[in-house]
Amino acid sequence: MKILVAVKRVIDYNVQIRVKEDGSGVNTENVKMSTNPPDDNAIEEAVKLKEAGKAKEIVAVTIGEEKAQETVRKALAVGADRGIHVKSESYIEPLGIAKILKKIVEKEKPDIVFLGKQAIDDDCNQTGQMLAALLSWPQGTFASKIEHKDKVIKVTREVDEGLETIEINLPAVITCDLRLNEPRFASLPNIMKAKKKPIEQFNAKDLGVDITNRIHQIKVEEPPKRKGGVKVSSVAELVSKLKNEAKVI
Amino acid sequence: MPILLIAEHDNSSLKAFTLNAITAASKIDQEINVLVVGNKCESVAKEVAAVPLVKKILHVESPNYENFLAENLAPLIVKVSEPYTHIIASANTFGKNFMPRVSALLDISQISDVIKINNSEEFLRPIYAGNAFATVKSSDKKKCITIRPTSFDAAPKSGGSASIEKIEATETPNISKFIKKEEVKSERPELGTARIVISGGRGMQSGENFKLINSIADKLNAAVGASRAAVDAGYIGNDHQVGQTGKVVVPDLYIAVGISGAIQHLAGMKESKIIVAINKDGEAPIFSIADYGLEADLFEALPQFLDELNKLNTIQK
Repeated sequence: MKILVAVKRVIDYNVQIRVKEDGSGVNTENVKMSTNPPDDNAIEEAVKLKEAGKAKEIVAVTIGEEKAQETVRKALAVGADRGIHVKSESYIEPLGIAKILKKIVEKEKPDIVFLGKQAIDDDCNQTGQMLAALLSWPQGTFASKIEHKDKVIKVTREVDEGLETIEINLPAVITCDLRLNEPRFASLPNIMKAKKKPIEQFNAKDLGVDITNRIHQIKVEEPPKRKGGVKVSSVAELVSKLKNEAKVI
Repeated sequence: MPILLIAEHDNSSLKAFTLNAITAASKIDQEINVLVVGNKCESVAKEVAAVPLVKKILHVESPNYENFLAENLAPLIVKVSEPYTHIIASANTFGKNFMPRVSALLDISQISDVIKINNSEEFLRPIYAGNAFATVKSSDKKKCITIRPTSFDAAPKSGGSASIEKIEATETPNISKFIKKEEVKSERPELGTARIVISGGRGMQSGENFKLINSIADKLNAAVGASRAAVDAGYIGNDHQVGQTGKVVVPDLYIAVGISGAIQHLAGMKESKIIVAINKDGEAPIFSIADYGLEADLFEALPQFLDELNKLNTIQK
């Protein structure tokens, strides 16, 4: 079995983001960047399948500026075999990303594509489902557990009411929840080894797909600030305020 | 500008968030049609027909739709969508699962998690876990939109009499199969719709200590939430998690106990009407957004809180 894992470079989840004053977006200059957190779970799950002898090869792919390669390099350091970097200097919407990934899938012919369920920058939660649609493949979204068995894969999904289990035919797209596994850290020797693993590069615009953005971002602003309230000195005062002032109990 | 809205239900009754999505849709246009797709779900079609804002129901049944598999729903929605300018669903795990699949098949760039509708083309949506708001405008002829239900009021659900049109099921690809659903049953109100939520964080120190939270929840008829730290530490199940990777809640009263206020948690609760923070660290970021902050040891404050509540006899159920 062959696995393709898609990873995205985003502002690190621990960074308090800053909205640009001109409203054109979020400041990414001199800000710590990392792999999108659930994408780490996607890589981890692929590596686990390889360790279990179920997968032969793991290919990690990213789409983005020159530095996005770092996310592929990190995937190689935790166990991916080779990388693909589709270069693009500008933002591409999830639909365009899904079209590019479809091209990569047609070339690589994986049995499973793993992605994070959502990127923590644009919070779209679309790419995996869109890729599955374009390929006419089934989708296992928000996966918190998977069991592979021959030509099918059982996926336990985190849904609002609890857990849902579905069985989908391979090939399939699976989007990973943070609860799927505990991503490992790369060891120093593996980081060194990863530097020798190959990363193939393409230009997004050479792939022959329409990646024109259809959504124009008019402005980005800070959410209305919630003004901090008062400190109360005792539980009795708190309950009194909730009852008489806020009238919520 | 006719709108197609996809109803969420369990084949016997309508899920409440559909009503919030209907309100959102009504801000775009009054011509709202609702697709009720499922198996033996006639009661749901009738329920939606009573919603005054709804003009027409498209009702379709098949055993293949019983469990709402995205692979089976998408071709149907694509087929039905032809005359509509907007396709709308709730941005919960129901809508998030199938809507991007529909969008891609229609070659439309989806707009996720809309919290405000400026006009038929322009929408406000949170990015970076709600740390920024983006105003976006779609140039697609048709729009696929998911609505954050807690940002809109629920539409009134009685008094209307929309027509119900039966339509044919489409072919399904047979590439996915439903196995089971394990719903978390609780005596308490559901986290996503509760009027009061009380949440515990890492400061609770153990799962056992959540009984302090539970007894107050019982008293206030509140839902019990938790921060990711408490869930990761194994104090409580992950279906209680409030935050960017858990549930987004907008109750009238949110009580955060032993929660420092990490960005990811704030993203899930900061739109609550009244926020109370109980934390022994006076510098905890949660205090900067709390309407009422109590700097105290929660193990002393919670029993006192319960005592004070017991003294009141006017708790609203």
